[in-house]
Amino acid sequence: MDNGLLRALRNLGQRVTSRIWRLGYASRFFLATILHSGTALGRINLTIREIYFTGVLSLIIILVSGLFVGMVLGLQGYDTLARYGSTEALGVLVSLSLVRELGPVVAALLFASRAGSAITAEIGMMKATEQLSAMEMMAVDPIARVVAPRFWGGVISMPLLAALFSAMGIFGGYLVGVQLIGVDEGSFWSQMQASVDFRQDILNGVIKSFVFGIIVSWVAVFEGYDAEPTAEGVSGATTRTVVTSSLAILAADFILTAFMFTGT
Amino acid sequence: MTIPRGKVVAVMGSSGCGKTTTLRLIGGQLKPTSGEVRVNGQVVNQLDSRGLYDLRRRMGMLFQFGALFTDMSVYDNIAFQMREHTDLPEALIHDLVLMKLHAVGLRGAHDLMPAELSGGMARRVALARAIALDPMLIMYDEPFAGLDPISLSIIGELIRKLNNALGASSIVVTHDVQESLKIVDYVYFVSAGKIVAEGTAEEIKRSTVPYVHQFVWGEADGPVPFQYPSRPYGEELMAGAPRYG
Repeated sequence: MDNGLLRALRNLGQRVTSRIWRLGYASRFFLATILHSGTALGRINLTIREIYFTGVLSLIIILVSGLFVGMVLGLQGYDTLARYGSTEALGVLVSLSLVRELGPVVAALLFASRAGSAITAEIGMMKATEQLSAMEMMAVDPIARVVAPRFWGGVISMPLLAALFSAMGIFGGYLVGVQLIGVDEGSFWSQMQASVDFRQDILNGVIKSFVFGIIVSWVAVFEGYDAEPTAEGVSGATTRTVVTSSLAILAADFILTAFMFTGT
Repeated sequence: MTIPRGKVVAVMGSSGCGKTTTLRLIGGQLKPTSGEVRVNGQVVNQLDSRGLYDLRRRMGMLFQFGALFTDMSVYDNIAFQMREHTDLPEALIHDLVLMKLHAVGLRGAHDLMPAELSGGMARRVALARAIALDPMLIMYDEPFAGLDPISLSIIGELIRKLNNALGASSIVVTHDVQESLKIVDYVYFVSAGKIVAEGTAEEIKRSTVPYVHQFVWGEADGPVPFQYPSRPYGEELMAGAPRYG
């Protein structure tokens, strides 16, 4: 029994230390990516290409999801507001929920599963087929040439996608609330204009999505670069990208919200 | 082990004996735990990363399965180093790329993607890419693995021809005895991380070292045993199946 207990303890300790080691490695990798960003930002074509692959190709899923989320908000919001007789506030409810929370968070979760997994799989496969090794042997640093452009492509795309998600969502709320249910169009828009604050609501939302962009892109490039160079290794890394970045997004969202919206 | 300038040298041995590791040591991707690697008078394992990158610009390496960049066309693969390391105008790069492709006989394939190439063609494109910047040292990691006989001799001839044309030195890591003995000047035999025999192709064919003999003539049993190291056969059978779960 003692042996079993000891073994369990040892396993636990080993898991903890290996996690901490990996976290340290990921942080050093993050730092290296930032330091080697000269190529990615200097030869901006490299980054624009990645913005196309991660951002532009994610547009459909982001826009369609935004529309549906907004439509659901319109239905649910109307139902709740009707109990208090304040259905004209529907525009405020829909836009604040989207701009503050749902836009950045849901767009980031979709981005992680659509673009993050693709980045991990691509870098992982490049590693498995020795393309990264070949690049090193050609005296080209793969972190500067492959990792950094993908990282910045993700970081730049994320706030734009979140903004489009919110815009589509508000449009969806408008479709359901005004066109379908018949809330007064004038009060829908004017109340929204009056109550959504640029700094407090919109800017904070953009900051959130920027942070989420860093998280998703960092996790995605790291998992790809660190993947075991086998088919199994790449599939495991892709799964870890989606799981880790989704959890990190939700945790970071709680922390950011606690600092940003202190109940004023 | 020394690789003289202008020669094609083969490093042979069975799988897992440290051949590829040797190439990675020369390229500076691994650091030796002891001893040193010198290329052109410079000690590779003592170079800082800038020095290492400068040295690597003068080396070319052909990876086992080509390692072509799958997101670029054949043309862009070969132009890659020229664009990264030189300020040559695009018109000049165009001519250089076509010259390199012509040398390996694939000028007509320049706008194909790596996924559209056969194994032998991919290897030739990778070869053209390895010589893109006219290196002084070309390393080949298993250049013959998985090729049909025609592609095999094409690659063999190219290795010899390109080495002579460029005045470079070549290191061919391989376990294909017949093909490589045709083209190389000198051979090192490696087993378990040690050099067990060396000599010219003729000397190797006549070698009486048991390991080399077994290798060159492809015998199934000899100094390299057929059986993976294990407990005595009888003992293992009598012990019965271990209990799982």
